[in-house]
Amino acid sequence: MITIKNLYKDYGKVKVLRGLDLTFKKGGIHTILGPNGSGKTTLIKSILGMVIPNKGTIEFNGEMIIGKWLYRNDISYLPQIANFPQNLKVKELFKMIDDLRPGAKNEAELISAFQLEPYLNKKLGNLSGGTAQKVNIVITFMFDSPLIILDEPTVGLDPVALIRLKKLIRAEKEKGKTILITTHIMSLVEEISDEIVFLLDGKIYFKGTIEKLKRQTNQNNLENAIANILEGSYA
Amino acid sequence: MLKILKYGFFDLMRSRWSYIYFLFYLSLGFILLFLNQDVSKAVITLLNIILILTPLIGTLFGVMYYYNSREFTSLLLAQPIKRSNIFLGQFLGIGLSLSLSLVLGLGIPFLAYGLFQSTEIFNFFTLLLIGSFLTLIFLALAFNLALIFDDKIKGFGLAILTWLFFAVIYDGIFLIFMLMFDEYPLDKFALGATIFNPIDLSRILIILKLDVSALLGYTGAVFQNFFGTSFGMFFSLGLLLLWVIVPVIAIVVKSKKKDF
Repeated sequence: MITIKNLYKDYGKVKVLRGLDLTFKKGGIHTILGPNGSGKTTLIKSILGMVIPNKGTIEFNGEMIIGKWLYRNDISYLPQIANFPQNLKVKELFKMIDDLRPGAKNEAELISAFQLEPYLNKKLGNLSGGTAQKVNIVITFMFDSPLIILDEPTVGLDPVALIRLKKLIRAEKEKGKTILITTHIMSLVEEISDEIVFLLDGKIYFKGTIEKLKRQTNQNNLENAIANILEGSYA
Repeated sequence: MLKILKYGFFDLMRSRWSYIYFLFYLSLGFILLFLNQDVSKAVITLLNIILILTPLIGTLFGVMYYYNSREFTSLLLAQPIKRSNIFLGQFLGIGLSLSLSLVLGLGIPFLAYGLFQSTEIFNFFTLLLIGSFLTLIFLALAFNLALIFDDKIKGFGLAILTWLFFAVIYDGIFLIFMLMFDEYPLDKFALGATIFNPIDLSRILIILKLDVSALLGYTGAVFQNFFGTSFGMFFSLGLLLLWVIVPVIAIVVKSKKKDF
């Protein structure tokens, strides 16, 4: 579904992506892991066209996408930090997104699943971090796109919301969608991912199943396996 | 793009500041007319206020809006919307709402004082046109600066400096030049220098229109000599248009290259 070739990106002196090659197959949940600053968000934003790579190509459904925009019709994106216009009400935000990008489907269902009804008339600036994240999730999942990208989706969520989110992610997977997730929560990774991509120093360090990673690092626990890689890289 | 324009427009229309801006012009219009009782004199007084104030407000609102709507912008960037349309839509949305505040704020008192019976009606409309032009020009400049500098303080500072430069410093430098080189023929130079300052350009345009030679000043006189009144007006109007188009193109180019 996505083929990335030889992708380079630097912000001034900081080199973030250094010749990254990566392919995501259609369907399934792919988790992107890596230490802070390893380029996870930059990679995602490059796919979305928010960051413009210095070099390299990105192919999405057989189309070169750098500099294009129409392909974003097929992507739902959950940004890392839920930043919304502060003086807008939750309801107004939903309406606005609906208006800007027609085709939202299960909005009402999602609102009730995350118990957002009492907040509909509140201003976005007054929401707590967790509630804002729920709004963020509703906006992401209300579109029926074949590719869903979630950047740290669990931040600030309470356990109930977290369970709902996992259910939601699984349901989308059942529909045959491709889901990319970045997270630092290993239990979530172990629970849901079909494939792990481990980014280190702007390159792919590991790609495969959790089992393969455990075998490769001789650890029987994912957290230790990851720590093992990281300690190796710090040393 | 129209949808973004709509949201930018209503976003600003809903904020307190555009009402304050509108009410300011409204009261200014009434006070001026009350003191002057004469529409043509009021127009001249207004000229000086508009030449300084509209660029300042355009600059301030431009940077403020850009920095305040960064969240909204990043939300939009992930949607299937063309990048240049996001920024052009925002620019036009604010430009429209600021120009509307100006036109309505001044239009209402002048209409109430019988503008249509006065011979000044065209001069007044030229004034509003120039005010709108200056708003758009400085809004576009401010957007450019905000796009270049992610740091709010830097962007704000430089935007204010840009306004100060065109409103005050430019004329100062210009005058010093005139004094230093007064033995030389400076007509062409003066003409050229005017083109590069939209505020000067607007001043000349409206003064040509008003035909008050006492206010023409050196550059104005040169301008009138060189182009004649009517051609000079079209010429300066075209230049003002260019002053809008070039920064707007710069917005599009810059926004295409920027990382968010």
